Amino acid sequence: MTFDVSAFRAEFAFFQQQPDWVYLDNAATMHKPAAVISAETEFYQKFNSNVHRGAHQLSQQATALFEQARDDIARILNAAHREEIIWCSGATAALNQLAAGLTGTVLQAGDRVLLTTLEHHANIVPWQFYAQQHGVILDVVPLTAAHRLDVVEFQRLLSLKPKVVSLSHVSNVLGHIQPIAELIQLAKAAGALTVIDGAQGIVHQLPDLQQLDCDFYVFSGHKIYGPTGVGVLYGRKHLLEQLKPLLYGGEMIRHVSFSETKLNHLPYRLEAGTPNIAGAIGLAAALRWLKQWDLPAIQQHKQQLLQHLWHGLAQMPAIELLSGKTGNAGIVAFNIHGEHPSDVAALLDQQQIAVRAGTHCAMPLFQAIGRSGAVRLSLAAYTQASDIDRTLAAIEQAVALLE
Amino acid sequence: MSEINHQISDFFYQTAQALSLIEQQQLPLLLQPTDWQTRYRSLMQLGKTLPAFSALQQVEQNLIAGCDSQAWLLHQQESSSGRHFWAFDSEARLIKGTVTVLLCQINGKTSAELSALPLRQLLTIPGLQQNLSPSRQNGLLAVLHKVALLADIDLIT
Repeated sequence: MTFDVSAFRAEFAFFQQQPDWVYLDNAATMHKPAAVISAETEFYQKFNSNVHRGAHQLSQQATALFEQARDDIARILNAAHREEIIWCSGATAALNQLAAGLTGTVLQAGDRVLLTTLEHHANIVPWQFYAQQHGVILDVVPLTAAHRLDVVEFQRLLSLKPKVVSLSHVSNVLGHIQPIAELIQLAKAAGALTVIDGAQGIVHQLPDLQQLDCDFYVFSGHKIYGPTGVGVLYGRKHLLEQLKPLLYGGEMIRHVSFSETKLNHLPYRLEAGTPNIAGAIGLAAALRWLKQWDLPAIQQHKQQLLQHLWHGLAQMPAIELLSGKTGNAGIVAFNIHGEHPSDVAALLDQQQIAVRAGTHCAMPLFQAIGRSGAVRLSLAAYTQASDIDRTLAAIEQAVALLE
Repeated sequence: MSEINHQISDFFYQTAQALSLIEQQQLPLLLQPTDWQTRYRSLMQLGKTLPAFSALQQVEQNLIAGCDSQAWLLHQQESSSGRHFWAFDSEARLIKGTVTVLLCQINGKTSAELSALPLRQLLTIPGLQQNLSPSRQNGLLAVLHKVALLADIDLIT
């Protein structure tokens, strides 16, 4: 199987518009193919109307497109029911909804939630806030020396019988892939509900939600070629039924009066307000478009790029690698010995290599590994071999300038 | 107590000497147009001659909030003359260099003299300004605000 990276890149106007840049900040956001931009543009130009109002045909058309997008996501990710796909503004909103919705119902005072040291702040802070309000206890799985989830400790903490286990598929800092299929089964056996933060994982591997067997899965559109401001919260139907809505208002009600208000059924009960209609349509277009490509070939391409990168970085004694070389989805965190990541990133920026530096919304991870931050390179399917060559040369230049 | 004061004064005196040398020797070169490699290397080397901060000085009360990296600003006013003396350290070389550019132009000035200076412009290095990331700009702004606060002057927006 071969992957034609040039043909893939040709779908992205960004590379024609910004030909001098090497974009290695894909974990922050990804570029959008023509199929996504045209789907959104077409909606605004041709079909723009609010959804679910139903009074005129234009609105009905818009609603049909919007609900078709939901069906597409449900089909592509193999959810059992379309009502299990809840639109939201992204993984952060979805995780806030879960923390708010489970606390005080499923989670009572004294109950436990299990997180990991690798989590992004979006999968830490909402739990902290709601847990504190309700007397729920948070446990955290530590890391091994190789900065991987300590599975032995995971099992030990499961013996404390947490009600909820929430973990990321792929670390947004290190790129390390967690064995979520096994971890989900272990958590289920211990009686816990499972939440998978798929923000970085979804572009690595599209989940088969029923096969994965998790209770909840969240992801953001803009990290899988889709628009910003839209994402999905997936949940098993009976669990979503019991989730307290985080947002109240229009759309999520059936009847409102000052004496009594009745909430709507799923999925709308968890979708207050006018949704990001164009965003949802764009996200569905992204996934449909992506499915046309040979996804295993893309994975292989990314692994080859990684090998190229490891080889080059190994020639530079000034580099301290934080990411491991195996089980990596395409994200490399590193530092230049003795130098602040922001200085390195600035020197790469001067050479038109776009990277990110800092704690990457994962301060507990950096506290655990004893570093104040790192430079992060995040690859994508549209990254080409010459990008890696340029990046390695630019890092060498940065090392030389910092001497 | 007087021994500690003497130490701090020594530190500010040495810093002032170093800043003066930087202003005379390195600053003119830095402000000349050149390729980005030379400019960045010069900027990142700029703070090297400054006396190092001790752990006593790298404390929370001296921290500048709103910085990507940890940065500390120290200040002492000479009671006889009212002149303000400064010292700055940062984990990030570019921040340290950029603020050093500012400090060597404002060190040892009175509040009245500082009020007359275009402080924001003193942070400007040709070819650098447009490449400052928003977070780095915020950090530098935070330094300016702290300078204004400590010198009791208004920062003209």
